[in-house]
Amino acid sequence: MTDLFVVPLLQIVVVLNAVLVAVTYMVLLERKIIAWVQSRLGPMRVGPHGILQPIADALKLLLKEDITPIRADRWIFTLAPIISLVPALIAFAVIPFGGEATLFGHRVPLYIANVNVGLLYIVSITSIGVYGIILAGYSSNSKYPLLASLRASAQLISYEVAVTLMLVSVIVTTRTLSLVGIVEGQMRQHIWYVFIQPVAAVVLFIGGLAETNRTPFDLAEAEQELTGGFHTEYSGMRFAMFFLAEYANMIVVSAVMTTLFFGGWLSPFPNVAAAHFLWYIPGWIWFLLKTFVLLYVFIWIRATLPRYRYDQLMRLGWKVLIPVALVNLVVSAIVRVFL
Amino acid sequence: MLDAIAFYTLAALILAFAIAVITARNPVHSVVFLVINFLAVAIVYIVLGAEFLAMIQVLVYAGGIVVLYLFVVMLVNLKRGPEAHQDPRRQTGAGVGLAVAVLAELTAILAYTGRNPLPAVVPAASARGPGGNTEQLGWLLYTTYLIPFEVASMLLLVAMIGAIVLARKVD
Repeated sequence: MTDLFVVPLLQIVVVLNAVLVAVTYMVLLERKIIAWVQSRLGPMRVGPHGILQPIADALKLLLKEDITPIRADRWIFTLAPIISLVPALIAFAVIPFGGEATLFGHRVPLYIANVNVGLLYIVSITSIGVYGIILAGYSSNSKYPLLASLRASAQLISYEVAVTLMLVSVIVTTRTLSLVGIVEGQMRQHIWYVFIQPVAAVVLFIGGLAETNRTPFDLAEAEQELTGGFHTEYSGMRFAMFFLAEYANMIVVSAVMTTLFFGGWLSPFPNVAAAHFLWYIPGWIWFLLKTFVLLYVFIWIRATLPRYRYDQLMRLGWKVLIPVALVNLVVSAIVRVFL
Repeated sequence: MLDAIAFYTLAALILAFAIAVITARNPVHSVVFLVINFLAVAIVYIVLGAEFLAMIQVLVYAGGIVVLYLFVVMLVNLKRGPEAHQDPRRQTGAGVGLAVAVLAELTAILAYTGRNPLPAVVPAASARGPGGNTEQLGWLLYTTYLIPFEVASMLLLVAMIGAIVLARKVD
């Protein structure tokens, strides 16, 4: 009874809250890192070194007036932020934060569900998130959000092709779609899959940047051309939901990259006897550390690179990434069959 | 028992949203109802133990094809409602014809399966190996059903080349 209902419910509560808190602190981290890159201090007023800034931001967004434009399509205008946030959150259902742990005499797995189509689940769930962006642009009944949402969804669809093709070649290596199985496979084969599929790791990271609408692919939010992007007409909490969705998606991409390529919750060199002292640090800490490093790279890239032009973006997606993904798939399949 | 409750609830939802798709005045609302409909169908697949099919349903139909519908609906000017046409009942005859055809087809299928009942859930549920029914489906597609599978992919290739040819500027 407890194992069937109470434990999963607790897991869901813990994961959802952890993700939401992590997202608010991601925003602070991003502001801080970008400030340091630009020789500024960043938020400093709320709490020591601005550590309480996320709470102030959340309060501000909750208390702000929630405006619906008078010509907007009311239902869809309300639905769009929900559609973009929910897939980002439920994607965490299959992400393994660790192996099994013992808690108060119960054996508790550190993942909500270990389904044998885990990777496919993440791809399909995140593909639903596009609707949030398209419908936000449409329902605002305003030209800049519409243009931005068309850009964003065209970008998402194009990069989804490359990302999904690349995932297929990763699956050829992993031979399972279960994310827990993929981490266990890396333990068995004594190697992180980033060394077997380096091209896939790079392309998936680029695709992840594009799919989360991050710099250098944040054309949907090009302030100079589009006065803000698909969420121009949104205010208050509904705007905050788009924000939460973007950052939650970044965490999903980093967590999936960690699981697929960097050994998930495994400590570095888990098969080398000399590195066994690393086992004293629990697996979920390793997982969070690796995810954090990837998230840092996301922010680092935003602080460093300028934005792509739209035609350059499309050319990169269709004429570089998709052919590379196809070649990688064929090569992986040949290697898989003959070696 | 639980399966039956889940199935009939989902079936009711699917039918309700299907009716909403064709009765909605605004085409964008129709598309949104269609997405919800496809998601409910995906849940039916999960209840049947066909999780691979469910994920593909979400990925291809809900996440891919309907996005393109939405593009078309948003980009093509659909301000003119169906009642703006001179004869709003122009398609009634064709509609009745199609409905009769579908009804006949469904009756035929029902009559056939009534005589030869198929164990619908059992093979899907028994396919729970380490790879689940993903691996089983892969095997079937590349052995027993290889030719239909390849024909379907050739069809898609032809459609894609056709679209490129049509969209190419003549110089």
